[in-house]
Amino acid sequence: MNETIRKKQTIRRIKIWTSVVIVALIYIWAFSGMPKMEFKPSAVQAIKAIFSGLIHPDWDYFYDPEGEDLLRTLLETLCIAILGTFISSILCVPFAFWAARNMNKYRFISSSGKFVLSVIRVFPELILALLFIAAVGTGPFAGILALGFHSIGMLGKLFGESIEDMDFSSSEALKSCGANKIQTLWFAIVPQVMPSFVSFTLYRFELSVRAATILGIVGAGGIGAPLIFALQGHKWDRVGMILIGIIVMVTIIDYISSTIRKRIV
Amino acid sequence: MIEFKDVLKIYPNGTKGLNNVNIKINKGEFVVIVGLSGAGKSTMLRSINRLHEITSGEIIIDGKSITKARGKALLRCRRDIGMIFQNFNLVKRSTVLRNVLSGRVGYHSTIRTLLGLFPKEDINIALNALKRVNLEEKAYSRADELSGGQQQRVSIARALAQEAKFILADEPVASLDPLTTKQVMDDLKRINKDLGITTIVNLHFVDLARQYATRIVGVRAGEIVFDGPVEEATDDVFSSIYGRPVKQDEMLGAKV
Amino acid sequence: MDALKKRRLSLMKRLVTLIFIIVILWASSLGTEVSISSLMDGLPGMGSLFLEMLPPDWSYFSYVTEPMLETIRMAVIGTTYGAIVAIPFALLSSRNVVKWPVIYFPFRFVMNLIRTIPELLLAALFVPVLGIGDNAGIMALSVFSFGVIAKLAYESIEAIDNGPLEAMTAVGANKIQWIFYGVVPQVIASFVSYTLYCFEINVRAAAILGYVGAGGIGLYLNNTLKLFQYQRVSTIIIYTLIVVVIIDMISNKCREKLI
Repeated sequence: MNETIRKKQTIRRIKIWTSVVIVALIYIWAFSGMPKMEFKPSAVQAIKAIFSGLIHPDWDYFYDPEGEDLLRTLLETLCIAILGTFISSILCVPFAFWAARNMNKYRFISSSGKFVLSVIRVFPELILALLFIAAVGTGPFAGILALGFHSIGMLGKLFGESIEDMDFSSSEALKSCGANKIQTLWFAIVPQVMPSFVSFTLYRFELSVRAATILGIVGAGGIGAPLIFALQGHKWDRVGMILIGIIVMVTIIDYISSTIRKRIV
Repeated sequence: MIEFKDVLKIYPNGTKGLNNVNIKINKGEFVVIVGLSGAGKSTMLRSINRLHEITSGEIIIDGKSITKARGKALLRCRRDIGMIFQNFNLVKRSTVLRNVLSGRVGYHSTIRTLLGLFPKEDINIALNALKRVNLEEKAYSRADELSGGQQQRVSIARALAQEAKFILADEPVASLDPLTTKQVMDDLKRINKDLGITTIVNLHFVDLARQYATRIVGVRAGEIVFDGPVEEATDDVFSSIYGRPVKQDEMLGAKV
Repeated sequence: MDALKKRRLSLMKRLVTLIFIIVILWASSLGTEVSISSLMDGLPGMGSLFLEMLPPDWSYFSYVTEPMLETIRMAVIGTTYGAIVAIPFALLSSRNVVKWPVIYFPFRFVMNLIRTIPELLLAALFVPVLGIGDNAGIMALSVFSFGVIAKLAYESIEAIDNGPLEAMTAVGANKIQWIFYGVVPQVIASFVSYTLYCFEINVRAAAILGYVGAGGIGLYLNNTLKLFQYQRVSTIIIYTLIVVVIIDMISNKCREKLI
């Protein structure tokens, strides 16, 4: 073997070992600071209780003509997700154009748009929900606003990227026919980005349904509140019923949404 | 020695892949199987190491039936048969050496191979195999950094590292250009001569088959329609194998 | 004539879809007390809340650094546990590794079931089991990461090149060697990339898990909110944003290098 190969190999080895050492240090740091994982006897009991709750759920809670029941709160959760997604799907459009590189003359404009979107994205729904509760009081409307605002971050980013990937030959063709700016937008750009836009919105909707199930923890509507109350009151059969309800609803939504997405693309 | 005894292969859709194939291939031969695509060349080759299962009949390799082999015995049989594929079938993200060493896994315990603890002599075997195909200096490159012809030669090195007694090559040059085709075929021929490894190659280039083979086997619709030394394989013979005159694009020379 | 009919049909389809969407939106807003007027009335309140948050309590930064690090630790450990358990699941869910539907269907079923539950809900479930504290959070993140990583990993296993697998069969490798030499080298980079991606998600999630008692900085968020210490709330939020952005950046760099 000649020298260059040997050198190449040594560099490779050094790189590999440095990353191994860094990862090892991270893990030593992480694990050294953690309390021991110990199973108290109560833990086993709690697990048993949760599972027996799942096996014998509180069917009375499923539907109750008067008062709060599973069906009603699940529907409310779904409504929060639908409206939240709808709001963000409209509000994200200007952000997407702001963040798309090929829609702005100067690079710093689109970069600033991307930055704003990533700031929106890192704001957790739960904190947003707390802020909106301060504005409109507890209830599902605060949840809708929280989801609507939070989802702008992700939808704006995805949508902006699909605008960047667009093929401009058709818009040039339209321009050459003498179309004005709005006409080119409508006839050349919208048909191109529409399928991916719908697909992203549906995908975001799947995530929003999951997010909506926990908003109730802070009082922003949906199934979260009854779940927390049932957990705090150790009503395991009710916890089981609610969990089953959430799992079934999310599974159905995922199925429908992914079927539609497959047909669009 | 490889022996086909009344081998029959029927695909689930009812087509006959191999129909009553009987043939003996002796040690040290360089056999080229020719035929139209879909004639059963690939099926025939792949049934030797049971990448394809046959429907009935038996294939005997050095006196042992691979058809009846189960579990460890089957793996042992396969270890003795190196295979070269049209698309090289290397792990592109791994180094060349690791790809060649993967031919040695059949010789060691599972644990040892999982940890990558190959004995020093195995590494030497692998490097020697690479030397034989003139790629020793690429041992620590990633496989996808190599050209197609080089990748194919790495897969020949893998078969060599395997210390195979037989090499099966399924259209080894179909995705290569004429120049690298020659290099790969030369390597195969040299290994066949120097090490006495029985080599069976599927080819669709007529002139290439004539140039390298010691024996030509013609396959048509799953049956052997010609079997003889290369001198007997005249143009007429090829026409009868193909069921029509040989076309220009079936000659490699035409493409250069 | 035919073209005209087709056009009319597709217009009809669009109209029906549009009406359907409007009806759904209308029904949803009925059920959720949406009112623009309450939003308008509430906005000043929100504005004054914002003002109360300013300026952030800078001295509080050093105080919440330890819980912040704890949050990152939870995310590191949770992601790791999840990734380890995800490996066998991903392999056993892949059609090209396990040929029998009897095996891969149940594994996929369990995976999809777990993926329906959001991390905060998992945390709420683990708190009564493991008690208030980091452990509940770690377990919640582990289970959540497992779902995410196993799904992505099995999809990438199913997309690998079949050639090397065939080659490993041909050299006489047993099933385990076949996996380690044929499957693993092809998916390891994307597996690590998914794990890092999941880690990014987990850092964000870990920051709010404390809200239900599962450790990390979320606990402080809950406490300061209850005590109306809004300047401290904004400190925590800003701190979280900074950490999340930095971790996303590092993780993105690593992921780019992997491919």
